[in-house]
Amino acid sequence: MKTTVVIFPGSNCDRDVIHAIEKTTGTTVETAWHRDTALPKGTDLVVLPGGFSYGDYLRCGALSARSPIIEAVSEHAGKGGLVLGICNGFQVLLETHLLPGAVLTNKTLTFICSKCYLRVENNDSPFTSGYSSGQIVQFPIAHNDGLFFLPPDELDELEKNGQVLFRYCSRKGEMSESFNPNGSLNHIAGIVNRRKNVLGLMPHPERASGAILGGVDGITMWNSIKQWVERK
Amino acid sequence: MKYHVKVLTYLKDGVLDTQGKAVARSLTGAGHTSLLNCRVGKYIQLWIEADSSESAYREAERMCDEVLVNELIEDFSIEVDERQ
Repeated sequence: MKTTVVIFPGSNCDRDVIHAIEKTTGTTVETAWHRDTALPKGTDLVVLPGGFSYGDYLRCGALSARSPIIEAVSEHAGKGGLVLGICNGFQVLLETHLLPGAVLTNKTLTFICSKCYLRVENNDSPFTSGYSSGQIVQFPIAHNDGLFFLPPDELDELEKNGQVLFRYCSRKGEMSESFNPNGSLNHIAGIVNRRKNVLGLMPHPERASGAILGGVDGITMWNSIKQWVERK
Repeated sequence: MKYHVKVLTYLKDGVLDTQGKAVARSLTGAGHTSLLNCRVGKYIQLWIEADSSESAYREAERMCDEVLVNELIEDFSIEVDERQ
């Protein structure tokens, strides 16, 4: 598996995700700068990492979505290549329209940095095949603008197509507003495109990829991707 | 000719404006009990070189469509000042 992590000015989870992927899959990871116009040859997975690219100016992810590298990322996705956007990377994917929707400021009006439980809604994807549907996992969140929004008709469509992969829940899997940290519609934490080769999520699987970090549930995501790439 | 263009962007009706709600709470708390609602937007000023105010308007509109506004959640209005 060949992974490329895209670095924008203000990215701050790039090294974390490189470390998590390299440690847990035994593969090496390359990087691309936002001004680059091509991805390294043979890239299977592109990761848009978390952070505060362009200082979150205008709207989170809006300016990064207009970076030169994004054309190459869109082309990669168009050919069926895997793209994963984590936190700010998810916001970039929404602004790029590789995924539907937008994020708004958290309902709490605060930056939230905490452990968080998620229910894996659908394991029929390259990113979640190693989990079982309904499994509860713990990935941390750290964001100010994570309230996932989509107009009602499009939200119904997203649900019908099984594009919701992760939802916020309690440790036991219960869903209610009190277990929905940012107020996302339908408790949505992560979604894929129709083709299921582009995933965006607010929680950080790379911060749940080693016992020393307080969680290991993210490791399954990296191994799911690796297996999917190797089977290809 | 140089035109000064004022763009207002704001969340669409029906899209939760948490910032507006917080500001409204503070205003009401400060005794402004006549306040019915408050929504917060952004004011963006652009200086555009164009042949006419219409073409300055159209250029600003393209900027809104392409970058300044996320049409899923935001609306906008444009006002072109007399040329400077």
